[in-house]
Amino acid sequence: METKSIIENIRKKFPALAQQMNGQPLIYLDNAATSQKPVEVLELLDKMNAKVNANVHRAMYQLSDEATGLYEGARERVRQFINAPDRENIIYTSGTTASINLVASSFCQKYLMRGDVIIITADSHHSNIVPWQLAAERIGAEIRILPIDGRGALRVDMLDKMLDNKVRIVAATHISNVLGIVNPVNKIIQIAHSHNIPVLIDGAQGIVHTYVDVQKMDCDFYAFSAHKIYGATGVGILYGKSYYLDEMPPYMGGGDMVGTVTYQKTSYAPLPLKFEAGTPNFIGASTLKPALDFAASVRDGEVGEAVKASEQEIIKYMLNALPDEVGDVEVYGLPEGKVSSLASDDAGDKIPLFSFNIKGCNAGDVAQLLDKMGIAVRTGLMCAEPLLNSLGVTSVIRASFAPYNTLDEAKKFIECVKRAKKMLM
Amino acid sequence: MYCGVKSYKTMTINEIQNQIIEEFSIFTDWMDKYQYIIDLGKNLPIIDEADKKDENLIKGCQSRVWLICSEKDGKLFFRADSDAIITKGIISLLIRVYNEQTPKDILDSNLHFIDTIGLKANLSPTRANGLVSMIKQIKIYALAFAEKDVK
Repeated sequence: METKSIIENIRKKFPALAQQMNGQPLIYLDNAATSQKPVEVLELLDKMNAKVNANVHRAMYQLSDEATGLYEGARERVRQFINAPDRENIIYTSGTTASINLVASSFCQKYLMRGDVIIITADSHHSNIVPWQLAAERIGAEIRILPIDGRGALRVDMLDKMLDNKVRIVAATHISNVLGIVNPVNKIIQIAHSHNIPVLIDGAQGIVHTYVDVQKMDCDFYAFSAHKIYGATGVGILYGKSYYLDEMPPYMGGGDMVGTVTYQKTSYAPLPLKFEAGTPNFIGASTLKPALDFAASVRDGEVGEAVKASEQEIIKYMLNALPDEVGDVEVYGLPEGKVSSLASDDAGDKIPLFSFNIKGCNAGDVAQLLDKMGIAVRTGLMCAEPLLNSLGVTSVIRASFAPYNTLDEAKKFIECVKRAKKMLM
Repeated sequence: MYCGVKSYKTMTINEIQNQIIEEFSIFTDWMDKYQYIIDLGKNLPIIDEADKKDENLIKGCQSRVWLICSEKDGKLFFRADSDAIITKGIISLLIRVYNEQTPKDILDSNLHFIDTIGLKANLSPTRANGLVSMIKQIKIYALAFAEKDVK
């Protein structure tokens, strides 16, 4: 089947794409913020809310078994998707931010002392900065930054020297939500491990655009959100090696994470439940099964090839059209001449995410006008203020594409950006 | 294009609001409306760099606003600027409404024209463009000068 038809078929699975925004057909280009949901996810949400709504892990009736089956079935799907060794390594959280907070709190409580060091990468999202700051403040630890170069590439060459005997963990970004380039995480993990230092990877964008094999990558923690990979909002995953998860104290206390409870003391449930206090978002979490099934379907086989081709086309088009057709544009995060594809884990590859500014135009002004033309993009600090500071800007415009976006949409986008620029200048 | 002739007595806040609403009623297309607001923004006098100091700054996430207030003969005068043109255009309309009004009239006023001309979203606190804070600040100035008068 022709690429265009394959993409059309994918689009048909997403009811949200058929709507209008401000009287114009919606062109949704904010997928890095959150993705749209395919019918399989929407149907499961409806089904569970209406017919399979019973608390999980607790009861002895069929409805509860069914809900538990869907919830645990989704956990197993996640395990497969990232090739984790065991169910106990997959912790459900409320999102990437919650996952990183869990590690920052629990890991640092167990393993860090006053004067110890946490390393984070300079391209980090606030969710990979603030949790570590909170932990560091509590413990009296210090945060060090692995810098980026002028192009936005991580200075991995500097990492080895930074890893002295005070460093306890490295928290690195898989793919920056501003720069859209795959970081050399395999190399970072290799270097850190040569010093016996564990690595957490912020995989919010990485899970969507690369094949993540946590055993092959050998990361110690990997965090991501369901809602960015076609699943429901309010759900995330923390993958962790048993070696650490076994030793780390619980993060939140309450129901489900307990073994035996007295008023004085409590023993804890085994993994993964030890880190899952309270009634989970079991309906949202169950959507990870159809969501990851969909994600796998658009990266494998004939459909996968078509999506790869389409995304490559879009990347090539955008990287040319922004400077050449719009003009006076600064694009952040340019690949070293490599323009690549969905699901490649080659470091240096560009994903279909474009952050840029038009010289002389305020980003918010451009976005407001694009909104009126039916186009959804993100502007502002991108929750990465330190990164934007080091790029010398206070705001950027970001367009991020998913497999259901088309080259025609990219062209319409450029046309509308040109129109907005003309109005503003 | 606003180049209205002012009568000797300043129009009331509501009279000015109604004038603006009438001016905007000719626009049927969003883009024409926005182009008009952008042009207003481009024509708003720029304030001195010296006035762009922190005490006059109202910081938003997407854009910044500077607001300077002075008083003369019981009336308040405003000058403002922004690094976003659409915000600047809306500021131009707000100044048109509030400029040369008494503190009491400002405090008693109800700003309804923004909603009527369809720009309510721009004044949403979640937009973080500094406009909501700027209007609050104008009211605070009015309150301060009103209390000063009483003393």
